[in-house]
Amino acid sequence: MQRRVVLPGEQIEERKGRKLGSNVYPENDNVFSKVLGIPKVNENEISVIPLAGVYLPKIGDGIIGKILEVEISGWSVDINSPYMAFLHLAEAVDEFVDTSRTDLSIYYTIGDVIFCKISKVTKNKVIQVSMADRNAKKLYKGNMIKITPSKVPRIIGKDGSMINLIKNKTGCEIIVGQNGVVWLRDGNQTKAIEAILAIEKKSHIVGLTEKIEKMLGE
Amino acid sequence: MEELYNLELIKTGKRIDGRKFDEFRKIEIEKNIVQKAEGSALVRLGKTEVIAGVKLGIGTPFPDTPKEGVLMVHAEFSPLASPEFESGPPGEDAVELARVVDRGIRESKCIELDKLCIIPKEKVWIISIDICIINHQGNLLDASALASLIALLNTKIPKLKNDEIIRGEFESKLSLVFKPINIAVGKIGNTLLIDPNVEEEKILESKLSVAVREDNKICAIQKQGIKGIEFKNIEKMIDLAIEKSKEIRKLVE
Amino acid sequence: MIKKGIKLIKDGKRLDGRLVKQLRDMEMKIDVISTADGSAKVKFGNTIAIASVRGPRALFPRHLQKSQTGILRCRYAMAPFSVDQRKSPAPDRRSIEISKVTRLALGPTTFLEDFPKTVIDIFIEIIQADGSTRVTGINASSIALTSAGVPMCDLVSACSVGKINGTLVVDLNGEEDNNSEADVAFAILPSKDEVTLLQMDGLLTKDELIELLNLAKDSCKKICELQKRVLRETYKSE
Repeated sequence: MQRRVVLPGEQIEERKGRKLGSNVYPENDNVFSKVLGIPKVNENEISVIPLAGVYLPKIGDGIIGKILEVEISGWSVDINSPYMAFLHLAEAVDEFVDTSRTDLSIYYTIGDVIFCKISKVTKNKVIQVSMADRNAKKLYKGNMIKITPSKVPRIIGKDGSMINLIKNKTGCEIIVGQNGVVWLRDGNQTKAIEAILAIEKKSHIVGLTEKIEKMLGE
Repeated sequence: MEELYNLELIKTGKRIDGRKFDEFRKIEIEKNIVQKAEGSALVRLGKTEVIAGVKLGIGTPFPDTPKEGVLMVHAEFSPLASPEFESGPPGEDAVELARVVDRGIRESKCIELDKLCIIPKEKVWIISIDICIINHQGNLLDASALASLIALLNTKIPKLKNDEIIRGEFESKLSLVFKPINIAVGKIGNTLLIDPNVEEEKILESKLSVAVREDNKICAIQKQGIKGIEFKNIEKMIDLAIEKSKEIRKLVE
Repeated sequence: MIKKGIKLIKDGKRLDGRLVKQLRDMEMKIDVISTADGSAKVKFGNTIAIASVRGPRALFPRHLQKSQTGILRCRYAMAPFSVDQRKSPAPDRRSIEISKVTRLALGPTTFLEDFPKTVIDIFIEIIQADGSTRVTGINASSIALTSAGVPMCDLVSACSVGKINGTLVVDLNGEEDNNSEADVAFAILPSKDEVTLLQMDGLLTKDELIELLNLAKDSCKKICELQKRVLRETYKSE
């Protein structure tokens, strides 16, 4: 069975006072799609889950980033987006640091991989991340793959059901960033990556969980 | 800031310089201002100033038109004309302008290119029109097309001796069969306007440039501007261009 | 450059067997370039165009960035082997103009204000030219943009129309284009009826032009149907 697919310019539904989510635009009292994707409609909000597209940071997103540069009072971070993020010293280190004497690379250096939270997104897309969250940490060793950001919810599954299935069946430690970066360590990474890529490719079909279960069972 | 003010003004039916929406700025024409050119003209549309010069040379015809003369149009957006223009080879706007002026003249068949053949397959007259923008205050296309036309109307064909050009001596005047006129029609909201100045060009949604002959046949159209034009509005814009072209053509008679 | 006396229409049929309002056989395929964010290959008869989309992505050098909006960049180029007489790979004036009008044909559909300081790059390569190359490029770019996930308010569909041997026709091939009395390049946002590309050269009465524009609009709706079908197919379950 297939879900409904919409195209740019295609009408989804009448607005009926509902909130406009991502990838839609209003015209008179109708709501249209901005992308090729699957519409998500409930009584409160209308949005479209796109088939493809870049990651646009949202406050609160847990993402995997890579340190690009060590600056004077922080670090610039590649977050797999058209926009770069900045990690402020104050959001990364608890103790007092004398920036005039300290080389910040003792905390994070170029190439370090971190799991952090998007803490600020301004209108002009100035992005800040923070390590102050209890789940935030530096990620050592391991491998990373990139997937389409809009597919992340499917990879994680309802209440983490899909990603936990993969973790259990492969023995891997896996962290999925909302920005489409997936980090894996230990276990059978090849099998895990295969499963993740399969979900990415077929995210729109119903009965996906069973298919993946079968795939991992082999 | 200024752009918002202009927009508000237009919504209330006024233009920043007080003109009516279908009114041109003051037009001034000077002919034969460049003695070294075989034909030339200066056109002022308000403060926009453009010089077109025609040079005639001898060259080989294109292989698929061995008995026809060659027409070339180039445009230079010199940095002296506007802070927006940079030094260097013609950018996309200059290239577009030259090609649109070219199409208006060429497709109108106003120049009988088959009368410009000297020796078939070997030697033909090459007519080069060069457009120099002197001051950019909007509507460069109309000004350039008009200057080019007037320059052509005042072009003299040099004398030939042993198939060599004798500069300074002329055989005849270049005769044009038609007088194509280019009119740009701009659109902001529901308002159509003629001869946009540089401030208005910044807030125009779209523009349709139409080249028309005196028999009302359309020779070239170029849609410009960053927004689309609603299909049902196109005919109105073309009608306005055709109507206004007659006004401009009177200046060239 | 009209060859006098060449007969392009005989007994209501064109030299390639088509009726006057008939489009050539069209083929469209997306995701043809793995390194692109979105890509497409479109064929109209013998004209083949490939479009590749990259972005939105950070725009460098910084002074080109616009703080409140993204920008669109477009490069149209013809492969040297795409035409009869080898074409130099250097950008010529025609390619420069077509790059500009293509960018302006696609711009109205994008939501560039949603992506400040970024650029969306569109690259079009004409692999084989047999008339109507710019509109084929636009059709390819439109579905490439969609497959890249670039937000758009509508698809963009384009076609050529013109007058040959006194008759109004749709979708001119190379020979018809070279010998036409008039030809028009046209692009539209099909569900908004908004025209984003309109170029004409030749000689037409106003009435002929209006009739051609209506033919173009109808043909674009047909082209849009194929674009939609090809895009939906990417969601077909195996």
